[in-house]
Amino acid sequence: MIYLYAFLVGGAIAAVGQLLLDSTNLTPGHILVLFTVLGAVAGGLDLYEPLIRFAGAGALTPVSGFGASIARGALAEAKRMGILGLFTGVFEFTGMGIAVAAFFGAVVALIAKPKV
Amino acid sequence: MTGKAWCVVAAKKVGRSTIKFTNSPIIVGTGTIVGPVEGKGPLASDFDVVLPDHAYGERSPERSETKILEQAAKIAIERAKVEKKMVDYYIAGDLLNQIVSASYSARQLAIPYLGVYGACATSAVGLTLAGMIIDGGFADYVLVASSSHYQTAERQYRYPIEVNCQHKPTAQYTVTGAGAALLASSGSGPKVTGATIGTVIDLGLKDVNDMGSAMAPAAADTLLTHFSDTGHSTRDYDLILTGDLASVGSEMLKELVKDDGVELGDNYRDCGLMLFDTKSQKVGAGGSGCACSAVVTFGHVLKEMEKGVYKRVLLIATGALMSPLCCQQGESIPGVAHAVVIEA
Repeated sequence: MIYLYAFLVGGAIAAVGQLLLDSTNLTPGHILVLFTVLGAVAGGLDLYEPLIRFAGAGALTPVSGFGASIARGALAEAKRMGILGLFTGVFEFTGMGIAVAAFFGAVVALIAKPKV
Repeated sequence: MTGKAWCVVAAKKVGRSTIKFTNSPIIVGTGTIVGPVEGKGPLASDFDVVLPDHAYGERSPERSETKILEQAAKIAIERAKVEKKMVDYYIAGDLLNQIVSASYSARQLAIPYLGVYGACATSAVGLTLAGMIIDGGFADYVLVASSSHYQTAERQYRYPIEVNCQHKPTAQYTVTGAGAALLASSGSGPKVTGATIGTVIDLGLKDVNDMGSAMAPAAADTLLTHFSDTGHSTRDYDLILTGDLASVGSEMLKELVKDDGVELGDNYRDCGLMLFDTKSQKVGAGGSGCACSAVVTFGHVLKEMEKGVYKRVLLIATGALMSPLCCQQGESIPGVAHAVVIEA
């Protein structure tokens, strides 16, 4: 059942992005930032966590999940070590994603050539 | 001295901004190269070279564009059966910052060089300046060329192709290719008999995904100026050709000139729509880029003129004079259109 929910929730988030791209003058860059910030706000208010429990990767894979993870890490570290934790915790849960993206991006750039 | 007295001196100028050449320069040779997507379009057989890929054996798209431009220029000189050292000047331009494709091709060609920028209207800028130089008696052979490349333009104006961003339906596909024409003071071939230099028009449009609408008002202004300067109408031309307004912009142009009593009918076409099968090829609203009007005019239209299909053609090359930086700072997109009359 989680697969179906993942498909529906992930698809719905992507559909909102597609509609924004098609019907407004927003660029892909705008939408990326918008979804990250919305995800961070929802994560900070503990609204995104239930969505992840419900839809799993459907909520984690879109960039809003990345935003929620930023907020989650920052808040967790802030509880542990005070106000400075807001800064040190930002990459607590997202660090791996960034490192993996950079690493595999570099590997693929070495072995593949873009084709259009 | 009053303005009027100056007009008396400028004997070859008519009206607001139209030039009538006395010794019309003759197009004695052309060279056109297009990329793989254009090579699947309806005009493919008219071009000298159709590339199998965008790279052309080079390691970057920028190097590829330079090579395409250089080769097109060489083909034009070859076709005219003229020695390279006889060519007095090379006038070229492209879309990239510092018009690098043109300048690097000039480095290889070693012909005295004038770099010009007119965005996608560069082909008409070149033809007009070359015409003035030849008619003025400053040269016998002037080579005019312009190029664009899908991958270099995407990188500079939008996103690198590797990012694989979606395109909007109003967005246009930058033509990969180059067109060159050698103009001469004597010889046989179609003649460039006149030109109307366009005014920059900016109605405040800011959508970088809709260049056609940003350029259409400039095309309308140049068309109407040309008609009022010369007294001509649409009936005087077998073909009125805009550079790259594509589907959105050319419809807008028709609407804009209708208000001034100009009806663009069957003899009106747009290079960006002619180059592709816009139904089956994924090119958005149609083609754009410096190469668009150059390859369609030098490759297709001039061949049709040789066959006798067209006798008198008005090419209105259109350009969007924006930079991505200025658009990010909130600037709108200025458009310009330059018209050139070509007669068989």
